[in-house]
Amino acid sequence: MSTHHTLEMPIDEAQVRALRVGDTVTLEKRLFGIRDATLIHMFDHDRRTHMDLKGHAVIHTAPNVRKAASHPTNEPRYEPLCIGTTTSMRMERFTKPLMQREGVRIIIGKGGMGPATLDAFREMGGAYLAIVGGAAALETTWIDEIEDVDLDDLHPESLWQFRIHGFGPLLVTMDSHGNSLHRDVNESAAAKRAAVLASIGANE
Amino acid sequence: MQLDVKEVEELAKTLYIRALKLLPPDIKRGFERLVATETDATGRSVLDTMVKNVAVAERTNNLLCQDTGIPIYNVVIGRNVAFDGTAMKEAIRRGCERATREHPLRSSVVHPITRKNEQTSCGIGVPLINVDFDTREETVAIEMIPKGSGSENGSFLQMLIPADGVKAVKRYVIDRVIECGGRVCPPTIVGVGIGGTSDLCMHNAKVAATRPLGTTCSDPEGAKIEAELSEAVNALGIGPQGLGGCSTSFRVHVEVAATHITMNPVAVNIQCHSARRALATITPGGIDFQ
Repeated sequence: MSTHHTLEMPIDEAQVRALRVGDTVTLEKRLFGIRDATLIHMFDHDRRTHMDLKGHAVIHTAPNVRKAASHPTNEPRYEPLCIGTTTSMRMERFTKPLMQREGVRIIIGKGGMGPATLDAFREMGGAYLAIVGGAAALETTWIDEIEDVDLDDLHPESLWQFRIHGFGPLLVTMDSHGNSLHRDVNESAAAKRAAVLASIGANE
Repeated sequence: MQLDVKEVEELAKTLYIRALKLLPPDIKRGFERLVATETDATGRSVLDTMVKNVAVAERTNNLLCQDTGIPIYNVVIGRNVAFDGTAMKEAIRRGCERATREHPLRSSVVHPITRKNEQTSCGIGVPLINVDFDTREETVAIEMIPKGSGSENGSFLQMLIPADGVKAVKRYVIDRVIECGGRVCPPTIVGVGIGGTSDLCMHNAKVAATRPLGTTCSDPEGAKIEAELSEAVNALGIGPQGLGGCSTSFRVHVEVAATHITMNPVAVNIQCHSARRALATITPGGIDFQ
């Protein structure tokens, strides 16, 4: 039986461990955007951020934004134009350090992640929520504003802080109990391979 | 007809933005077909979200997907057109840069070694500009394809040998689709190149991946493989976004080229469900957007 969860971010370990594959989640309040270059610089080049990611969710993204004309503090300030999601699997080796060092609890992305991520979720308490890739126009309607940005020399692969409302429903596809819908679908496709090849005369 | 480079520049800009916002009608019809046939509950709900997104993008005049892709321009020049080829290519590049700055769009293009982003969607060799010719009188067609990277990372080439036969070609395609799973944003168009040299084979896979739905391979042997593989990939159960279902691909497209007696190359290039293209023709009568 699947359950719907509305999560006011940030959350604690017990809240994330309550999520099970097949459940749905809607996030409220805050979300961080992160991707390839952000993670490479944070963990391979040991760059630090002033943002507090503890207990938060990160989404694999790099948005389309418009730079605001002027800002009193001269800090870069952006308006969101189109914010969507990129393929998560490229970020696989960063899940563990992201959880260990920054205390992240939830990863949102598309395509799923692998065994290293599933292990990190089990050890430290985390979950992966699948969002529909390519549905960025819809996703953008769940984002109120860009509250902050860091590591902006990597633009658009900066570290983004979004204020959100009703972000979802998203499907839990990897949980802290060793379950992964991505692994299940991949295994099932591999199991069908021989019959599919035979049906087109391409068997080994 | 004299090709006006100012007009080409404007068109290169407009087509990039149009491509990112308006899904081609053949892909919309493809979604209708999949929604009607998908039996998996998760698969159907994912397809519904995708269809809803297309409507939201139109209503809010927004981009369909955040990925502005690698910009590709396919230019086809007909008969009795006078043009300065170098100036035309420069104009396309300027139009691409202007779309990025003026809309603005996310520049998704970096130097491959330094990873520096010039924030222009341009760089060494990018945008790709393919120029070809046809027999239409006083006509220039420009097609813009913002090729998404999630699916472009699903690109493969294998120099099989004649002894492997066509069997191995088909097996190669099935195995790559399994390998990609949900990472390439299914439902996809699986582009397959068969034959040619290594580069022609890969290029044909891209031509196949970006061909409109409803078109078939002009070679009858290629068309047969297209039909077989289209059914086979959807029997794997990967489904929309790789979360299960029978809508793994809209269609497998094949393009064929003659090859060497020692060779049997196969290439795969995948197009995601946000299969964006925008096409316009320039004639003495003006510009017509398709």
